[in-house]
Amino acid sequence: MTALTPDTAASVAKGDALPSLSVQVTRADLVRYAGASGDLNPIHWSDRVAGSAGLPGVIAHGMLSMALAGRVLTAWTGDPAAIRSYGTRFTRPVVVPDDDAGATVELSGAVAEVRDEGGERIAVVDLKATFEGKAVLGRARAEVVLPG
Amino acid sequence: MVDQSWVGHSTDPVGPYQVGREKIREFAVAIGDGDPLFRDPDAARAAGHRDLVAPPTFPTCFTMPVIEEFLRDPALGWDYTRMVHGDQRIVFRRPVVAGDELTTVLHVDELRTRAGNHMLTLRCEVTDASGAAVATTHSMLVSPAGEDA
Repeated sequence: MTALTPDTAASVAKGDALPSLSVQVTRADLVRYAGASGDLNPIHWSDRVAGSAGLPGVIAHGMLSMALAGRVLTAWTGDPAAIRSYGTRFTRPVVVPDDDAGATVELSGAVAEVRDEGGERIAVVDLKATFEGKAVLGRARAEVVLPG
Repeated sequence: MVDQSWVGHSTDPVGPYQVGREKIREFAVAIGDGDPLFRDPDAARAAGHRDLVAPPTFPTCFTMPVIEEFLRDPALGWDYTRMVHGDQRIVFRRPVVAGDELTTVLHVDELRTRAGNHMLTLRCEVTDASGAAVATTHSMLVSPAGEDA
C-alpha cells in the first residue's frame, strides 16, 4: 500500500474508496488488547461473566473495533498524525469464539467530503466495520488532513 | 445517585501520564497496526515528529482509568458491571507522541435517562506539560438505571 503524497492527495475526491482490510480477532487478541489498553472488563475474556451479562459470548472491546477501523485510515494516509478527529457509535458486539479462527471483521472506508479549512485540505472519511455481514460501528467518521 | 446534579461536575487533574515508546509499540501490536511511525523513532523524526506517534485510539490507555475511577465513586452509584460503551469520539489539536507528559481532567457533559438506561457523556480534556491542549475525548456510556429510572 502506497501512502498518500501531495501529488496523489490532490486528486482525492468524494466517493473514493480506501483500501479495505479483513482482520481475524481471536481470544488471544482480546487478551493482548486488554493488557495493552488496560481495559480488563471480564466480558472481553470470561464466558462466565459475558453470559451472566446477557451476552451471547465473549465480545471484542468496542475500542478495539474502533482501532481496527482506524487502521484503514493510517494505511491510507501513511501519516497517523494527520487524523484530526475520529468518532463512532458502537452498534453491535463482535462475538469472539474460543477457537483458532476467532471472529472475522471486515473494515473499509470511503471519502464523504473534501473541504478546505484554514489553508488545509481535510478529507472526511466514513468508515465501516462489519461482522457476520452486520455493522459493528455506526456513523464512524474521521477527519484527515491531506498532505499538500 | 446518578442524577442531573452531576452534570457540570469535573475532576481534579489526573497525571502526568508519561507516554512511553514501549507502550506505544505494545498498543500498536495489540491493534495489529504496523505503521513505522508507531515503532521506529527514526521514521517518526523523518516525518517531522519529535518521537514515536501514538495510534489515534491510544488515549484510551490513560483516559479510561480516569473515567473508571470516576464511575466507581460510590456517591455516583453507577452500575459499572453492566455498563456498555455507546459511542466514542476523539479530537486532536496535535498528535500524542512518546515523551509527552499528559494531564487529564474529566467533565460530566450530559446525562439522559431513557427506556430504563442512563446515558452518561463524559469529556476528557488532555493537556501537555506546558498546559497546551492536546486532545479532547467524548465517551457516552450506558448502564441500567435500576430504581432511579
